[in-house]
Amino acid sequence: MAWSGRKNNVLPGFTPALGYTIFYLSLVVLIPLSALFFKTASLSWDAFVAAVTAPRVLASYRVTFGSSLAAALINAFFGVLVAWVLVRYRFPGKKLIDALVDLPFALPTAVAGITLASIYSQNGWLGRYLEPHGIKVAFTPLGIAVAMVFIGLPFVVRTVQPVLEELDQEIEEAASCLGANRWQTFRRVLLPTMLPAILTGFALSFARAVGEYGSIIFIAGNMPMVSEITPLLIITKLEQYDYAGATAIATVMLVVSFVMLLCINLLQKWSRRFAE
Amino acid sequence: MSIEIEAVSKSFGTFAALKDVSLKVPSGELVALLGPSGSGKTSLLRIIAGLESPDSGRILFDGEEATKRQVQERQVGFVFQHYALFRHMTVFENIAFGLTVKPKKSRPGKQEIRDKVHNLLKLIQLENLADRYPAQLSGGQRQRVALARALAVEPQVLLLDEPFGALDAKVRLELRRWLRRLHDEIHVTSVFVTHDQEEALEVADRIVVMNQGRIEQEGTPSEVYDRPATPFVYDFLGSVNLFHGRVHEGTAQMAGINLSSPENASANDAPAIGYVRSHDIAIGRESADGAIRAEVRYLLSVGPLVRVDLALSCSDRTIEAELPRDEADRLQLQVGEQVYARPRKMRVFVEDYQI
Repeated sequence: MAWSGRKNNVLPGFTPALGYTIFYLSLVVLIPLSALFFKTASLSWDAFVAAVTAPRVLASYRVTFGSSLAAALINAFFGVLVAWVLVRYRFPGKKLIDALVDLPFALPTAVAGITLASIYSQNGWLGRYLEPHGIKVAFTPLGIAVAMVFIGLPFVVRTVQPVLEELDQEIEEAASCLGANRWQTFRRVLLPTMLPAILTGFALSFARAVGEYGSIIFIAGNMPMVSEITPLLIITKLEQYDYAGATAIATVMLVVSFVMLLCINLLQKWSRRFAE
Repeated sequence: MSIEIEAVSKSFGTFAALKDVSLKVPSGELVALLGPSGSGKTSLLRIIAGLESPDSGRILFDGEEATKRQVQERQVGFVFQHYALFRHMTVFENIAFGLTVKPKKSRPGKQEIRDKVHNLLKLIQLENLADRYPAQLSGGQRQRVALARALAVEPQVLLLDEPFGALDAKVRLELRRWLRRLHDEIHVTSVFVTHDQEEALEVADRIVVMNQGRIEQEGTPSEVYDRPATPFVYDFLGSVNLFHGRVHEGTAQMAGINLSSPENASANDAPAIGYVRSHDIAIGRESADGAIRAEVRYLLSVGPLVRVDLALSCSDRTIEAELPRDEADRLQLQVGEQVYARPRKMRVFVEDYQI
């Protein structure tokens, strides 16, 4: 691939296009993020390590990344299912369900958090039936995952849906003519074709969950060491005017998220190696 | 394996795709289903494959009822117009697919699969492209891979749905000759769908001409071409000129000339239509028996042929004639010139038959 698109390119000029892209990215993303690193650099190395490896902070990493991962996995599965149903079947109310999928995008996250918390609390609509079975959702790490699933679902559905819509019926017919049963067709033909989109949806849903704050603090209970998420910890530090400590934790989150997303992107690239 | 289709009908909503179609495909033959779009040829093919089920009628494979058999059990190889290759698999994996999804008991070993795929790659002359993905192949190569994939499971029947429809003219020509040679080698009962009469004439052992959900005629290519059974078949195979006139006791009168039409011996002054192929019109400068006076309107050389548009003097209609290039060179025709056109062969249908 050539570095510049000077020849036969419809878009005006490679140089101004790239220039604007970098300018915008710098203004909106890079400068704020580097400010984060500069602020963190005001700490000494030892102080930095101490700030980011305090037991309470470590516990919050586990809660945040663990729940996000779990939520993204759940979303990857059910998101594909929802997309499948929306694309493959016709039923009354399909348009309505299709619209409902986007709702978590639009709803203020605080509203989602309060609603979830009240539904799953001890006396809530669902909580009262779960409670006797020993399942506590509100004010536990489980609640965090529930909130994350809620806000992340549209990502998987909306990335997988167009791919499923474009899938040619003939591909499945070819597979069945060759003797493959329904499961083999799904497992060997459809799933690999959907995989890049599923991974994209997974990555987006994961990233969204890691950064989520508004809805979780209402349902999490926010008990230190148990159900306290890292973003909350950062806010707490800020409220105590510990700016350097807050940015230190933020830096770690940033780096971990970046590395994980990079890995998912590489995985995704591998999964679509067939498309040249 | 022979295929028998007994009184099959199929509708999609209010559209009747097939109306009471019966057909026998003898074992080892290469049969073309030829017809315009909407004639039901693809529906028939898909019903044979089991991808659609007929509303009524039966499908028999080797005399055994197969109407209710699942696609997977029918042992048919199906080749789609747009290849339908698995794009996330290499050429090798695509061809091996049918073997690797077999139940454990009958699945061949890894080495056996590899040998088999390599033999097929040799057959389709793509041995060094085994590790490519479909996106990296040309249309003709993809269709050959699709064919190899269908052949890998050793199907009893090979079904091809407009296999060359998406290819450009040169590749299409090459590939259909190759298919003909391939069929001569492996002799698997094959049915292919096409709307290209030239393709059907060149490749098939037998041609089944379909129109509006019915079979118009079936026969060898020369039977269908030389003795079309219905006006539709005449019209569909090759360019043709229509003459309106009357037929009476075996003699047709068209555009001021008399022609014998023995197959209409019983006709009694009935309105009729005469069909003459463009290449069955002879052009001369001298008036002759059975020749029609006409004016040359337009000349166009198309490869080895010269197309001549002639305006008939006796009516305001024009007809089209095709002359071989050397004949045209000898005549030195000029636009605007008066000539005589003589139909060498005309097939007359009494107008009641007209659709």
